[in-house]
Amino acid sequence: MHFLMTVPADPPTYLTWGWMSVSVPNLIAILVTVTLFVLAVVLPFPGGHEDAQDEL
Amino acid sequence: MAATTQERLEREPWRGPTRRYDIVKEGVIATLVVAVLVVILAAVFSSPDDPALTFRGWAKDMPDDLYNVTVAELAGTSESATYGPPYNTGGDGQALGPIKPQKWVGVQVPIDPANDFVITPLQTQQQPTEVAAALIVWTAASAEQQSAWATAYDTAINDPAGAAGDATKVPAGDYGPVPALAKGLVAMASSGALDGVLPSSGGNFFNTDNTKQILFFGDGGYLDAAGTANNLQGNTWGMMNETGNYPGQQWLAPFSVWYNLPFFNSDAETGVAATATANGDIYIMAIIGFFMLLAIFLPYIPGLRSIPRWIPMHRLIWRNYYKPRAR
Amino acid sequence: MTAAPVESPHAGPPTSWIGRLRTRLEDTLPYEKLLPETQPSYVASWIYVFGVLTLAALAMIVASGAVLAFRGPAWYHVSSTGLFFNSMHFWSVQMFFTFMGVHLVGKFWMAAWRGNRAKTWISGVLAFVVAVGAGLTGYVLQSNFDSQWIAFEAKDGLNALGVGAWFNVANLGQMALIHVFLLPAVIAVVVVVHVLLVRVHGVVPPLDAAKVEDDRAASRAAAESLPEGVR
Repeated sequence: MHFLMTVPADPPTYLTWGWMSVSVPNLIAILVTVTLFVLAVVLPFPGGHEDAQDEL
Repeated sequence: MAATTQERLEREPWRGPTRRYDIVKEGVIATLVVAVLVVILAAVFSSPDDPALTFRGWAKDMPDDLYNVTVAELAGTSESATYGPPYNTGGDGQALGPIKPQKWVGVQVPIDPANDFVITPLQTQQQPTEVAAALIVWTAASAEQQSAWATAYDTAINDPAGAAGDATKVPAGDYGPVPALAKGLVAMASSGALDGVLPSSGGNFFNTDNTKQILFFGDGGYLDAAGTANNLQGNTWGMMNETGNYPGQQWLAPFSVWYNLPFFNSDAETGVAATATANGDIYIMAIIGFFMLLAIFLPYIPGLRSIPRWIPMHRLIWRNYYKPRAR
Repeated sequence: MTAAPVESPHAGPPTSWIGRLRTRLEDTLPYEKLLPETQPSYVASWIYVFGVLTLAALAMIVASGAVLAFRGPAWYHVSSTGLFFNSMHFWSVQMFFTFMGVHLVGKFWMAAWRGNRAKTWISGVLAFVVAVGAGLTGYVLQSNFDSQWIAFEAKDGLNALGVGAWFNVANLGQMALIHVFLLPAVIAVVVVVHVLLVRVHGVVPPLDAAKVEDDRAASRAAAESLPEGVR
């Protein structure tokens, strides 16, 4: 493919393992999503405001 | 029995311990947090905006490719001309075994590449003598004669043992006005006129339909080269990629994966892989549809719906609730 | 002229359509349930905020999109203010799908469809599917190279299914109307149904909650049976 002057070509960096290929921005987005999930489950949630409504 | 007690507990309003909580306050805080994050990200990173390709650019960067594609349009051998419904009857379209929705729907967006992409645009402009004469010869000829000229020239250009894609190496033959028409169209594209004329479909004042341009672009190597240069091809995970240093549609990863499989990118001429490759889109849509139904009806699918019970992530999420309470 | 005495409105359950509708709504979702001041104490994890974060991101999508709608699809190519609003729209979409992904995965691990909550799960997945479609119509509306490419590629899958003529990704006018009006309306309905279902059924209790509550009741009963000084 020869150099095309009129074609915008500014692709990001890609990380490739065999047939898998992911752009760095996409990888960051995916890692952020996973990290948010892990943190959401692991981080302690502030307690308090408990009502003694044990009606069961 | 513990199972039915649990089921009753899940169905009925909760009467166990509660805490005071203000979901309206939570909503307002969430909105403010997200708004601030969005403004910061927008200000710092901006967003991708690679300018649209034009026919002028195509004529400038790959004029030979545009020339050859124009001949193919006149010969009816281009991808658009042989696409089939909804554009024309040049082909049958894709099929999933006996299921052929593309064919059943019929022609709904009529596109006649030879006239829509080449002849009509040429006719809207005052052309150089050579091209004007070629137009007169072409439109006066019968459909069979037009086809004979264009097919002969198209075959000659693409002959692997002869010109092999180089129109300058085509042997002499009876090609009628086709070479002049193709040359005229490339010149028209080069001037920028084609970009303005194609959308207006021969004189419409208002038009928001870019189907003709997209199809014509796709028939050649220019749009394809631009796609490759930006790593957007389907078989390199292009579906989830974006131009520039930006995240794309990562949520399409489960859709994109199938287009990367060798099974759907086969060079075979016959056999299952060949059929799958030729009808890749409808096959993959069926696969995606299946998984979508699995996701939607998950609550009713035994096994799948029990995974959360087998892999006890919930013990982590609700660990405070499960802790024995000090009394 | 004297009017005939009016029958007492409390003579029995309403028989009018509007009265029956009102009673049904009052029974299913009284205001106390729609806007409660308490929630079950097991709703105490950061995973629970991702639903409302998704809603917040959707609000930002709509707000930034409204500005873009008022200035047209080509505005942001020629205006830096336009580009800024386009960027806000772009990043709110990224955040929307990120938060929705975390929310969906969290709800899966909580098996949140239990206790007659299947419709809540289904409406949530539908919201995701429609959102992906709305995203596609947005991407082809960009009027730049990316939209040319995506239109060219996406048309094949849609044509193969026989819907390409009515969902013509190469027709900017059609895509604009579908993206700005039709799909947001569908998403709004699905999301409202989803959120109301959460309020109607309440947040799903934890797995094995019945056992936990039974154990607590038993230990309370045991504690209450001890003499005053020992407790």
